[in-house]
Formats: sequence, C-alpha cells, structure tokens
Amino acid sequence: MSGLCPGQRVRVRDDWPELRGPAHIRTPHYVRGRQGRIVRYLGSFPNPEDLAFARPAPQRALYHVAFDEPALWPEGRGGDEVLVELYEHWLEPL
Amino acid sequence: METERKRAHHDLGGAPRFMCEPVDKAPHALTGFDRDVDALRQLLGRKGIMTVDELRRGIEAIPEAQYHALSYYRRWVRSIADNLLRKGIVTEAELRAAMRR
Amino acid sequence: MSALLEEDGERLLAGLRAVLAAKGLISEAEIAARRAATDTAAPAQGARMIARAWTDPEYRALLLRDGTAAAEIMGIPMLGAPPLGVAENTPEVHNLIVCTLCSCYPRAVLGYPPFWYKSAAYRARAVRDPRGLLAEWGTEIPAQVRIRVVDSTADYRWMVLPMRPVGTDGWSAAELAAIVRDSDMIGVTVPGAASRP
Repeated sequence: MSGLCPGQRVRVRDDWPELRGPAHIRTPHYVRGRQGRIVRYLGSFPNPEDLAFARPAPQRALYHVAFDEPALWPEGRGGDEVLVELYEHWLEPL
Repeated sequence: METERKRAHHDLGGAPRFMCEPVDKAPHALTGFDRDVDALRQLLGRKGIMTVDELRRGIEAIPEAQYHALSYYRRWVRSIADNLLRKGIVTEAELRAAMRR
Repeated sequence: MSALLEEDGERLLAGLRAVLAAKGLISEAEIAARRAATDTAAPAQGARMIARAWTDPEYRALLLRDGTAAAEIMGIPMLGAPPLGVAENTPEVHNLIVCTLCSCYPRAVLGYPPFWYKSAAYRARAVRDPRGLLAEWGTEIPAQVRIRVVDSTADYRWMVLPMRPVGTDGWSAAELAAIVRDSDMIGVTVPGAASRP
C-alpha cells in the first residue's frame, strides 16, 4: 500500500519488463533507477500495462514526480527539472 | 548511459540518435487519410472496441526501422489493424477480401 | 504478426473501414461525423481559456485546480476526454509540455497536435535539452528561471497557462485570446503584446 506525500523522496524501480516479454510500460527509460520527489497525487486510474493487452486492469495511484535534470543526464542543467506521471508500483520511498 | 542500452525504440526521451536533429517547425497539413484514421481511432475507443492503450502497444510493436519510416497516422492504421486482427474483431480473410476490391 | 500489417496504409484503412461497416460496428457516416467534430477543436479554444484566466482570478483558480471543468465552462466538450492538467508559468518557473513515449496532447482543447510536437527530435530533446530546443523557436528563458519539462506519460493531458504579457492592460478578452498561440500553450514560445494582430 502506498501513500506517498508531496515532498517524499522516491526512487523509480530499475526494472525492465519489456526485456522479459511483450509489455507496455509508461515509465520512461530515463527515470528508471533514478531518484526524484513526489509533487502530488494525481488520482487513481486503471493500469495501462494491463489495458494495453485487454486484460483486467486494477486501479493504480498516479503521482507527479519531479526529477532534477542533473539526476537524469550527465550534462543535465542544475535548476531545471522534469515532471513525470508515474504509477505507485514503480515508486519506492527513500 | 546505462538506460540507453535497454531503451525500447519508441521511448525517445534523450535518445542520442535525435539529440542533434533540428525540429521541423513547418506546418504539415493533415490529409483526409490522417483525419479519417484519427476519427476511426476515436470511434473504436468510444465503442469499447479498442483502447488508446492498445493502440499505443500496437505502435510500440512496430519494428524500429518501420516505426521511424512510417508517417504518424500510418503507424496508427498498422496498430489498429494489428489489434483488430489479434482480438478477432476482423479476420485476415475478411480484411484481405475487403482490400482486394 | 500478419503480413497484412506491411500493406500500404491507405489500402489497409480502406479494408478496415469496409469490414467494420459490413459488420455494423462503425459506419462511414459515423467516421465523417467524428472527423467533423474533431476538426472543430482548435488552439483558439485554449486561447479563450487563457485569456479568461488572465482577467478572472476565480476562473484562473478553477483552471489550475480542474482543467476539465474549466474547459467545459467555456463550452468545450470534454465528455470521455482524459483529465486536463494545466501548468502555470510564473516568474520563477517556465513549463514545457512533451510526450516522449508517443504524442499525448490536450486535443480536446487545442485540436490536432502540430507535426513538430509529434517528431522524434522534439520528443528526444525536450526532456534532455529544453533550453536548446526552445532556441529553435527563438525562445530564451532567463537563466534564473527554472524550466519544468512535463512529460505526459499517463492519464493526464497537459497545457501551459502562460504569464500575461506586459503591455496588455485594458485589453479585451478577444484581444488577449488573439495573441495566444498553440506554441505558447505547449511552452516552446511565450506570448507577447507585440503579437497583437
């Protein structure tokens, strides 16, 4: 059960389901294994990973997560950031 | 970068292949084909026949070379066909016959 | 995977339409009607929302809290559309919208996405070099302003609420809406009073 609050620091799971078989993943490669912080809860939605294969899709909490550019790229510019919508099952609280 | 090796080809954020490519800012008018594909996709969604998630999955399954070679809406049509065939909503025989006319 | 998928897209579309119509699933009339309805959405709709937010603090608050409701109040049909998120530009933060995984765009409000928004170059560069990308439009965000790139990876569709340009005091809603372009609502440009037609 997750209940991530604004400001909570999180790490995105360094997982690659698409390397194990057909998958539809909405967690961009560039945030996997990276650290960010919760901006806010966006609501709960059916898991697109299941919808994509016409499988029953459980509701998953969706969060807006902020990542500092330098945390994502070697040349990332300090002060700028990327906000990504991520599902709860991809997030580990730090 | 570690993730570049494992990146699926549609997962384009920061992809080195495109980081130095200028953006084509010219307006490209949509054709009738484009608009019809778009409308068809919306109707399939509204009628519960195919979700946008299934559309995306079908597009992501297009092999890399073709993914980049096909126009935006040709990727959509290919994915729509893929999904409707997979789900048995349309059979190969039916589609083949319809295309022969 | 069927060899049919390799067929020319126009032929594939024609075949799909014929089969779907024959099965009574989707008719030609429905396609024509949906196409016509989709064609009515255009950046001008979003521009009207922005102009109102600039002059009406209650509407601005609603727009930021519940973009879908704010669109509906302006007569923009949002039934069945994904939730609309609105990212507010401030003197401290400039927002830039992208969908790196496909091309998610606030279509119900702004209409069809521009070609450049769907391009590989835009999708690749926005999250990794937003300032270099904005330079393609001649847009320079001051160094002390944070750029916040919003990657539309899930259920929301995002648009930017730009800052109201200086020099627009006393302008009517119509005059304000006329200077807001789709590029402003995605964040590759900022509106200016000089754009007054």
